[in-house]
Amino acid sequence: MPIDADLVGRAFPPTPPRAVTAEAVAAFAAAVGRTTEGPVPPTFPIVVTFAALQDFLAAEQVELSRIVHGDQRFSYARPVVVGDELSATLTVTGVRSIGGNDIVSTSSEITDAGGAVVCTATATLVHRGGAA
Amino acid sequence: MSTLTPGAELAPRTYDVTRADLVAYAEASGDHNPIHQDEEVALAVGLPGVIAHGMYTLALVGRAVAEWTGDAEVVDLGAKFVAPVVVPAEGAARVTVAGTVGERTDDGLLPLALLVTVDGAKVLGAPKATVRA
Repeated sequence: MPIDADLVGRAFPPTPPRAVTAEAVAAFAAAVGRTTEGPVPPTFPIVVTFAALQDFLAAEQVELSRIVHGDQRFSYARPVVVGDELSATLTVTGVRSIGGNDIVSTSSEITDAGGAVVCTATATLVHRGGAA
Repeated sequence: MSTLTPGAELAPRTYDVTRADLVAYAEASGDHNPIHQDEEVALAVGLPGVIAHGMYTLALVGRAVAEWTGDAEVVDLGAKFVAPVVVPAEGAARVTVAGTVGERTDDGLLPLALLVTVDGAKVLGAPKATVRA
C-alpha cells in the first residue's frame, strides 16, 4: 500500500511521556556493549522516536516488516539524563516514491517534562513496497 | 582515550554483532521489527537475511566515540544506512568504526570524520559525530 503524499506537513500527537530510568538506560547500554555506568548513550532517544514512528505506521496501516531505516540523525540541545521524561512529536516532512518504494522523511522533536526541546531526530523510512 | 587534536587518527574499533545482541537491543529499544530477528520474514521481504537494526550500528558509532573521547558530550550524531549489516545465525557480523579528528568549529566543537565498515565495505553513508571535548 503506497503511503499518502498528503501526509506531508502533518504532525502526529506527542507520544506519552516516558521516564528515562536507570534500568532502561542500563539495558540499552548493555545491548550495544557499553558500560552501564557511563552517560546515557546518544542514540537512546530512539526509544521515544520509535514509539512515535510506530504510532505513525499504525495510523497508516503500514506493516513494520516492510520498513527499513534509510537514515537517522540526532541533534542534541542537551544530553539526555536519567530522570528525564521524554515525549516525541513526529512531523512528516516528505513522501516520495522511488522504484516502487515509498521514502518517508520525518522529523521528531523530543521534549522534556517542562516542554523544552532536548533533541531533534530526523529519520527517513523506506517502505519496501516492491519486494517479494 | 585518544588524543583529540585535529587530524589525529582514532584507533579503529571492531565490534561483533550477534543475533542475541539484536534480541537484547529489540527489547531495550522497543524496535521489534521481525527483519532483525526472523530469517524467514527477512527473506520474504527481499532482504539478504536477518539484518542489524540501523540504530544498532549507529549505537556502535556512539560507543566508539565514547571510547575515543572519554564519554564526551555528543551534540550531533547521524548517518545514512547504505548497506544492510547481515547477522548470521551462528557467529557474528564484525562492524569496524574508524575515525579522524576534524578541525575545531568556531563554537568550540570537535567534528569527527568517520568510516564504518563490515568486511571492508561501507555500511553507513556520511556518518557524522560532533562532540564537545
